[in-house]
Amino acid sequence: MIAEAGHYALVLALGLALIQSTVPLIGARWRDVALMNVARSTALAQLLFVAASFAALVMLHVTSDFSVVNVFENSHSLKPLIYKITGVWGNHEGSMLLWVSILALFGGLVAAFGNNLRLSLRAHVLAVQAWIASAFYLFILITSNPFLRIANPPIEGRDLNPVLQDIGLAVHPPMLYLGYVGFSISFSFAVAALLEGRIDAAWARWVRPWTLMAWIFLTLGIAMGSYWAYYELGWGGWWFWDPVENASLMPWLAGTALLHSAVVMEKRNALKVWTILLAILTFSLSLLGTFLVRSGVLTSVHAFATDPTRGVFILLILCVFIGGSLSLYAWRASALKQGGLFAPISREGALVLNNLFLTTACATVFIGTLYPLALEVLTGDKISVGAPFFNLTFAPLFVPLMVAVPFGPLLAWKRGDLLGAAQRLTAAGIAALIAIAVLWAWTYGGSTLAPVAIGLAVFVIAGAFSDIVERTGLFRIPLKTSLQRAGGLPRATWGTLFAHAGVGVALIGIVCETTWNSEYIGSMKPDDVAKLAGYELKLDGVTQRQGPNFREMVAQFTVKLDGEKLSVMTPSKRNFTTRESSTTEAALLTRGASQLYISLGDTAADGAIAVRIYHKPLVLLIWWGPVLMAFGGTLSLSDRRLRVGAPKPAKAVRGLQAAE
Amino acid sequence: MWKSRLLLLLACAFAAAPMAGALPAHAVQPDEIMADPVKEARARELSRELRCMVCQNQSIDDSEAPLARDLRLLVRERIAAGDRDGQVIDFLVARYGEFVLLKPRFNPHTMLLWLVPPLALSGGGVALWRYSRRRGKSAGAAAEPASPLTADEKARLERLMTPDQPV
Repeated sequence: MIAEAGHYALVLALGLALIQSTVPLIGARWRDVALMNVARSTALAQLLFVAASFAALVMLHVTSDFSVVNVFENSHSLKPLIYKITGVWGNHEGSMLLWVSILALFGGLVAAFGNNLRLSLRAHVLAVQAWIASAFYLFILITSNPFLRIANPPIEGRDLNPVLQDIGLAVHPPMLYLGYVGFSISFSFAVAALLEGRIDAAWARWVRPWTLMAWIFLTLGIAMGSYWAYYELGWGGWWFWDPVENASLMPWLAGTALLHSAVVMEKRNALKVWTILLAILTFSLSLLGTFLVRSGVLTSVHAFATDPTRGVFILLILCVFIGGSLSLYAWRASALKQGGLFAPISREGALVLNNLFLTTACATVFIGTLYPLALEVLTGDKISVGAPFFNLTFAPLFVPLMVAVPFGPLLAWKRGDLLGAAQRLTAAGIAALIAIAVLWAWTYGGSTLAPVAIGLAVFVIAGAFSDIVERTGLFRIPLKTSLQRAGGLPRATWGTLFAHAGVGVALIGIVCETTWNSEYIGSMKPDDVAKLAGYELKLDGVTQRQGPNFREMVAQFTVKLDGEKLSVMTPSKRNFTTRESSTTEAALLTRGASQLYISLGDTAADGAIAVRIYHKPLVLLIWWGPVLMAFGGTLSLSDRRLRVGAPKPAKAVRGLQAAE
Repeated sequence: MWKSRLLLLLACAFAAAPMAGALPAHAVQPDEIMADPVKEARARELSRELRCMVCQNQSIDDSEAPLARDLRLLVRERIAAGDRDGQVIDFLVARYGEFVLLKPRFNPHTMLLWLVPPLALSGGGVALWRYSRRRGKSAGAAAEPASPLTADEKARLERLMTPDQPV
């Protein structure tokens, strides 16, 4: 009954989406207010029905209804409740349902909070949203229905893949989807602007908070996924340049560029055409990511060819939306008037430079991810493109970008003074040089690149603070006045500070982890001691334990520093009987921003156990950086300018009517 | 193949989670490590450039598939035999083809791959430069005042700009 209700709710949502994708457009054409307002009510109703459908699937998983294929294949009655819930999106069908739920959520938000949008713009935006939604509802209903039943229900489920039985699954995919799908709003706004053939500053003011929100979630989602991989996979890596990761990095890079070009558009009414293109590209890359991951094309081109139903369907959606929006762009973009002139050396110029580097970086990831696939399809040659390629091509793009980051906020709009900005960055430059000198002397004979890279990061962080110091007159005028000025600064300025500083913080973490990471690999027996980076780790013993749906082998290590006992670490290996597979649960000991990391390997016949111990200096900065960026984004989002939103022209109209 | 099947499962399981592969045990095993730390470091360095061919984009240094272990041992064997880094790579490419390299060599069929990043950057740079010049020119033309100030107007402006003088 619940499964059928969920299925039916989804069909109804499709019906609503079809209405929403046509009627408001006709309304906009005829200037019929009632027809345009249909968009609002259908968007809200759609949200209601999709939410009901999603709740139904959650219900089926929680109650372990194994008569439903999706539950049978991905759940087990003994699985802890939290994993029964997260298991809903730990599989293809469920994750697609989460995808459309979030799409409907965003559509509902625009409908609910879009009261001060121009009516025809709102109608267009929601109609475009409904096109996307209809395509994906059809995809789910035709190829990936999560509500299918089994004729003879089995008594027990096949359990969820053990690797996914982790709190990471509860946070990572929803965050990521909020980011991915959030960009659909900027896409819809862009297409609506092209359809209407008009775009103004109010448009940018509307698009920016939505883009920012999506960007915040995507940033956190990627960082969270990276940390999850770091502790779950058991070899301490945190970024693999895997195609699946690249699929999420591409929209992030394009989204970051979009965020910055939207600022120019809002403030200076310039870069309109480019901002529209970026909005289209960012969501197109999100769709591409969905295609890459969902179609199985990554695993092998042949796997895709043998079962192409799903892949071809998404490919079709991809072609229609990307091709359609780009054609529309090519046709209509010239109709949009360009405005806001600026000199090359100016805030706008700096933001354009930012866009140049970010889009090039995005293009690099794009070609590196898709080239092997294209080459194999076209010529049959198989090549690999992995971390060494990306490290070599990506880093040179990011170095000049990092150098330029502190200059941007210090340049004036329209016409900036590069020399003046450089003077104001003197302190940051000196800080960077000191950092390089100190590190170089400290690690004398080691890597020369690492101190320079850290110097660059210090420059970015100190540079981010320079703007605030400059604006508050800190150290030049009495402290009290400075503090008052600091309080009066717009929150967006603080947002920029934290977001830019976050980039520097992450860079420090990345450089430290890759350069000064030390590891111990060896076989250990009880009472053996491993020494690493000044720590002494003694293996106390190994015990067996029974978990809810697994058995685990737990090793206990006593960690000592300078002969004093610090803590106890308990890495383990879990065996999941239903799937006959096992996972490595690494043990982590955090010391400041650094971590000790132990993971277990196989046990030898003589009882010795293979152990990997890492000391990762300042590794946590890799994730604190993105958290800072997201915090900066949130501050910026709460800025008064965005809270107040676009001015309401409706009142002015009413005022005029009254005067008549 | 057991490994790639698991990866397929993972890839299907959720979008864009950075999971290159996920199995217990580790990459480099204690018994593989070479006695000479310099040679071992070289072996590790080389391992990071080589792909485990049954995995999804994993280097043999990260992978714990049996094939990756064989390749790691092979690399160490060649190093022990006195091969230089380039020779080890050549040996593996001769045996397994270019698929084994995580950083493809620059040759006609990978030219596009290697050239896109620099071309995108320089192309974008040139386009921006030309655009700003064109706009600058038209802006310059537009911003040109219709007629220059007369001597009288200049004097008045001078008076306005100097604070202490009565207007």
